[in-house]
Order: sequence, then C-alpha cells, then structure tokens
Amino acid sequence: MSGFEPKILAFLCNWCSYSGADLAGVSRLKMPPNVRPIRVMCSGRVDPAFVLKAFASGADGVLIGGCHPGDCHYAEGNYKALRRALFLQRMLELQGVDPRRLRIEWISASEADRYAGVVADMTEIVRALGPLNLDRWEKVRIRKR
Amino acid sequence: MGKPKLALYWAASCGGCEIAVLDIEEKILEVDASFDIVFWPCAMDFKVKDVEAKADGEIDICLFNGGIRTSENEHMAKLLRQKSKVMVAFGSCAHEGCIPGLANLYTREGIFERIYFDTQTTNNPEKVIPRPSTKVPEGELEIPVFNERLKPLDGVVKVDYYVPGCPPQPRQVWAVLEHLIQGKPPPPVGSVLGAENKTCCDECPRTREEKKIRKFYRLHEITVDENKCLMDEGIICCGPATRSGCGALCVSAGIPCRGCYGPPPDSPDQGAKMLAALSSVIDSQDPDEIQAIINTIEDPVGTFYRFSLAHSMIERNRK
Ligand code: SF4
Ligand code: SF4
Ligand code: SF4
Ligand code: FES
Repeated sequence: MSGFEPKILAFLCNWCSYSGADLAGVSRLKMPPNVRPIRVMCSGRVDPAFVLKAFASGADGVLIGGCHPGDCHYAEGNYKALRRALFLQRMLELQGVDPRRLRIEWISASEADRYAGVVADMTEIVRALGPLNLDRWEKVRIRKR
Repeated sequence: MGKPKLALYWAASCGGCEIAVLDIEEKILEVDASFDIVFWPCAMDFKVKDVEAKADGEIDICLFNGGIRTSENEHMAKLLRQKSKVMVAFGSCAHEGCIPGLANLYTREGIFERIYFDTQTTNNPEKVIPRPSTKVPEGELEIPVFNERLKPLDGVVKVDYYVPGCPPQPRQVWAVLEHLIQGKPPPPVGSVLGAENKTCCDECPRTREEKKIRKFYRLHEITVDENKCLMDEGIICCGPATRSGCGALCVSAGIPCRGCYGPPPDSPDQGAKMLAALSSVIDSQDPDEIQAIINTIEDPVGTFYRFSLAHSMIERNRK
C-alpha cells in the first residue's frame, strides 16, 4: 500500500501519557505525524464505545496511553483500561478487525522516548495492515462449525 | 375525516412480533375500532398492489417488524416508507437486527453452504441452492435476492420511532397503541417507545453486592441463588447493558437477561456497554490472568450483541 498514511487516534491520560507526549514534543523528538492525541483524565475514562466510534469514524488504529501499573492518579483506572482493551481486542477480532489496530501502553510523564517509540512502532504496524475498511474483513470469517 | 390508517408488515421476522400485537388481547378490538387497518398480510387479506395504489403518505402509521434480509424486504420497506407518514420499527429485528442479525458474522456464501449443504439434517446431493432467477421450460422463475448482510429497518429507510423487544411486551405494545389512539402529541422523532429509560438492572428484583468475578459460568454449570444478582454469581447477564421496560422478565424467572430491549439510552453500542460492565467486575490486574478469564466466555460477540449485532457500531458502518 504505497502512499497510505494511517490515521491513529490516541487517548492519553492527563497525568502520565499526555505529559509524556508533551515532553516528546518539547524535546523535539522525531515522530511520524500519524497520531492525533486526545487528552483524557485517566485511561479508565476511555469507554469502549469511544474506541469503536473511532474505528467507525475512520481511524485505522487506536492507542490508549495510561500510567504504569500502580501509578494511576485514580488508583485503578489503568487496570480497568487494560481489561477493557483486552476484551475489545477479542471482540474486534471476532468482528473481523485486526486486534493489532488497538494498543494499550503505559507511558509515564518522563518517558518521552518511549512515547515516540510507541508512536513510530504502531504507525508502522498499522501502515502494514493498510487502511481499515470495515467492508473488507481482515480475517477469514469463520464459515462453519 | 375517517379513521387514521394503520399498516402492519413483517419482513425477515419470526412472526413473534405479529403475535405480540395480538397479545394485547381484547384491546385489539379497540385498535380495530380506532384505526382503519389498510395492510396486514399476516392477519388479513391485502395485497401489495393495495399499498401501491395508495398516495404517498396516505397511511398514517406503519408498524414494521422483521429485519431486511432480502431484496423483497427492502422493496417493501421502501414502499411502505413512501406511503406512510410515520414509520415504526417494531420489535428487535426491525429495531436492531435481533437474532437474524447474528448471521452477519458469516458471509452469504458461508450461510448458504451451512444451510443447504452441511447441516446434519440436510440431504441435498444435487447441491441445489436458491438462485434469484432460474430458467425452466415455461420461462424464467424469480425469487428475491438474499442480501450479503441483514440490516435493521433504519439501514434502508428513515425510521421515526423504535419499539424494542423480542418481542415487545404486550403492556408496552398497548402503551404505544394507546398513545396513538388517544391522539396524544407525538414524541420527538427518533424516540424509543414502549420502554423505560434505565437499565434492566434497575428493574431487577435480585440483590446486588460488590461484584468480583474470576470465572464466568454458563447457566447449567452452577446452581444460582434465588435472590442474588446472577452476575454476582459469575453468570453473564446483559442487564447492565439493556434498556429497561420489559419488567425484568427473564431475570425474575432466574434466567439471565439476554438483552432484547437493546442498549440503554446512554449507550450507542450494547456490546461496548456490556464489555465495560464486565471489565469493572473482573477481579484481576494481571494481563495473562485477565485474558484467561475473558477466554472463559464462549461467544462474547454473540452474547453481548445477541440482539444488536446488526446495529453495532462496527456493523452499522459496513456498507
Ligand atoms: S423481534 Fe423477536 S419476536 Fe419479533 S420478529 Fe424478531 S425474532 Fe421474532
Ligand atoms: S446483572 Fe442481571 S441479575 Fe444482576 S441486577 Fe442486573 S439484571 Fe439483575
Ligand atoms: S430480561 Fe432482558 S432478555 Fe428478558 S425480556 Fe427483558 S430485556 Fe429481554
Ligand atoms: S491517571 Fe493515568 S491511567 Fe489513570
């Protein structure tokens, strides 16, 4: 797929990942421009419907960034986000969307390099998957039992 | 001015929604007294040409049940839409695809193979499958085209109101009809009628406690307490992701809610809502363990979207 630039929507928590992304910017780290961040108070604020809506509205990938385990500003929001993400990946796969299009990462406020690395890596993965076309199933559909 | 004209139609429907209309019992006489029924193929002898002969918008209300699976369903939906002032998606199939919508997990080809070649009770050595047109000595025979996907009614025409439920409960059917009969001002277009605005859990008589789930069970695997919330026991109950209005029928009888009243008002997607509810009660912080607990759910898509797959955010955005 030459010339395809994936659109990746990132939900980043205010207290860690968003600051990490900010630091990456301030530090002028080189990153592909494919990620559009949305700041949320906590990764636990990301309703599964937000993720589905992102895909339905044209995102090719969704990244959820939260504080490292044990560091969530609201104690357990990131664990909830983790459970939701794992669940969503299974559901997406069964609905014919490659689960690698959804990713959850723990990125602290000081981990600008890590943020830039995740963005670069995810952009490459989603680029290789190609545009999300909901009409074209990405897995052979289970035909029979 | 004559009585308002009422049409009832079934598309890809099991017929249960037709029975649901009759389940209002003697009040059906009041319906007959208040409306001029102009089309109701299940119960009365009308033909499609009777509808075709009507002026646009001449029918006041059309209660349409069943999903859109074939070219014929689609044609009738468009015809009735054109002839009706108010189009009501009546019952889960028309509202959000219902059980027939689960077939959207399979291709049309796969569905045909399964049904016409593979089931244990199929004997079809000549591999006959339905074709839209077949040549016979007398000419060409045509049957409707089986579409690639099942769509809810609003996937093909504009829908004014939705009445959820598989089937809608008689008291709710009557509430909707009574509203129409009394000529009360119509609710805002797009409203869900014949239901409440909370979740099934809010109507449920069972006692809820702090939930902590480490394994999910199917109903036959454990004995459930008569009064406790089924979800507390590890049984998947779609109550938290389902609109109230049925009167908590299934859960009162000890059967988990399967979700037939569709998502509650604050949620655009029932599966997402259910997944969020379960993610809050799974008692683990370890990725592998969480994965293992999730994997104890046999068929998450078919369970959380049992009635609303065709209306799920992903499906709705497929052509
Ligand atoms: S909503 Fe339920 S009762 Fe009504 S037609 Fe569909 S399957 Fe039958
Ligand atoms: S989860 Fe089911 S059993 Fe529990 S309160 Fe809700 S509807 Fe009732
Ligand atoms: S309890 Fe759930 S599945 Fe049963 S009738 Fe009510 S909404 Fe439908
Ligand atoms: S505040 Fe960062 S994940 Fe909760």
